[in-house]
Amino acid sequence: MKWLMCMLSVLGLWLLLFWSLDPWVIGTGVFFALIVGGLLGEIYPDGIAKALDPRRWFFLLVFLPYFLWYCMRANVDVALRVIHPDVPIRPGIVKVRTTLAGEMSRTFLANCITLTPGTLTVDIDGQDFYIHWLNIDTDDEARRTAEICGRFEPLLRRIFE
Amino acid sequence: MPDIAYWLIGVGLAFDLFGCIGLVRLPDVYNRAQAATKCVTLGTCVMLAGVAVAAFGESGGAIWPMGIKAIICAVFILLTSPVAAHAICRGAYLSGVPLWPGSVEDAFGPRAQDIRNEQAAAQTQRAEHEETQAS
Amino acid sequence: MSTFEQIAFGLLVLCSMLCLYRIGKGPSAPDRTVAIDILGTLIVGFCCIMAVGTGREYYMNIAIAWALISFVGTLALAKYLEGRTYDA
Repeated sequence: MKWLMCMLSVLGLWLLLFWSLDPWVIGTGVFFALIVGGLLGEIYPDGIAKALDPRRWFFLLVFLPYFLWYCMRANVDVALRVIHPDVPIRPGIVKVRTTLAGEMSRTFLANCITLTPGTLTVDIDGQDFYIHWLNIDTDDEARRTAEICGRFEPLLRRIFE
Repeated sequence: MPDIAYWLIGVGLAFDLFGCIGLVRLPDVYNRAQAATKCVTLGTCVMLAGVAVAAFGESGGAIWPMGIKAIICAVFILLTSPVAAHAICRGAYLSGVPLWPGSVEDAFGPRAQDIRNEQAAAQTQRAEHEETQAS
Repeated sequence: MSTFEQIAFGLLVLCSMLCLYRIGKGPSAPDRTVAIDILGTLIVGFCCIMAVGTGREYYMNIAIAWALISFVGTLALAKYLEGRTYDA
């Protein structure tokens, strides 16, 4: 199953990159998809059958504009701090705990945290995230967790778990 | 080419420039990685979106593959660049680069010490293993 | 080459200069690694401008290949920084 999914995704990427249905292109694509799928199918993520649920795709479509909006805000915020003459930052590494358990969802949460306002994931240990924060504005544990993880957790749980 | 493509590429260039200014102005590795990763990633993705708009806006569909490749490239960058920043920061902390003195909190210290101890233990174990094999 | 492309190239060269400054001056190895990573992403930007300016699609092939290879290179450097051996 995993091998098959790996082969199909590699073949799909190949055809997208070539953008033609020439028999030679398809033949070469199938050949290399077999090699890559046979060699690397094992490292493909588990539970790939979840991807067939249309509700997950719907929430992914909701998630993308939401994420891009926060990404844009993060960039404007950082850009303003950078060109401000005094560079107003208050950095530090904080520890927050997420409620997500799945591997894929935690990976994506870490990536989203890195791309959104003033936070960068330094390390993950189980469900503990160590996060470098550009401008720590509160000492309260619960508010920190809400501010860093709370934005994305509900949607990511619906997409990946 | 539609005007939107020009605007998108211009916005992307502006973000790239802010990211690089941040790379020079901010005080330590972690802050630099933050500013640079966020701004340059989004800036380049917006530029790639501009390329896609330009390619799909061209009549006849002759350069559609360019737009598709631009979108694939944007997805690659969005997925890989945070991972690279995270790896660099973890490596920097473990190799002993100190936080900027103005930092207000450092919760990673104990965990980093644990990781270093684990690595040292693994290394001594490997050395012993090699010794027994050599003799 | 149109004025737009000239200005865009100028800005990207300025960004690259700032990165090179950080690579040259950076007090520690991770600083330089971050700057090298960013330089790789900026080169993808160069490829975008070339692709839009000339209308040739093979510049995007260069961009994709460069993005992936610079990612792998950065990961290798980061792993080296962690003080591990490569087989770990």
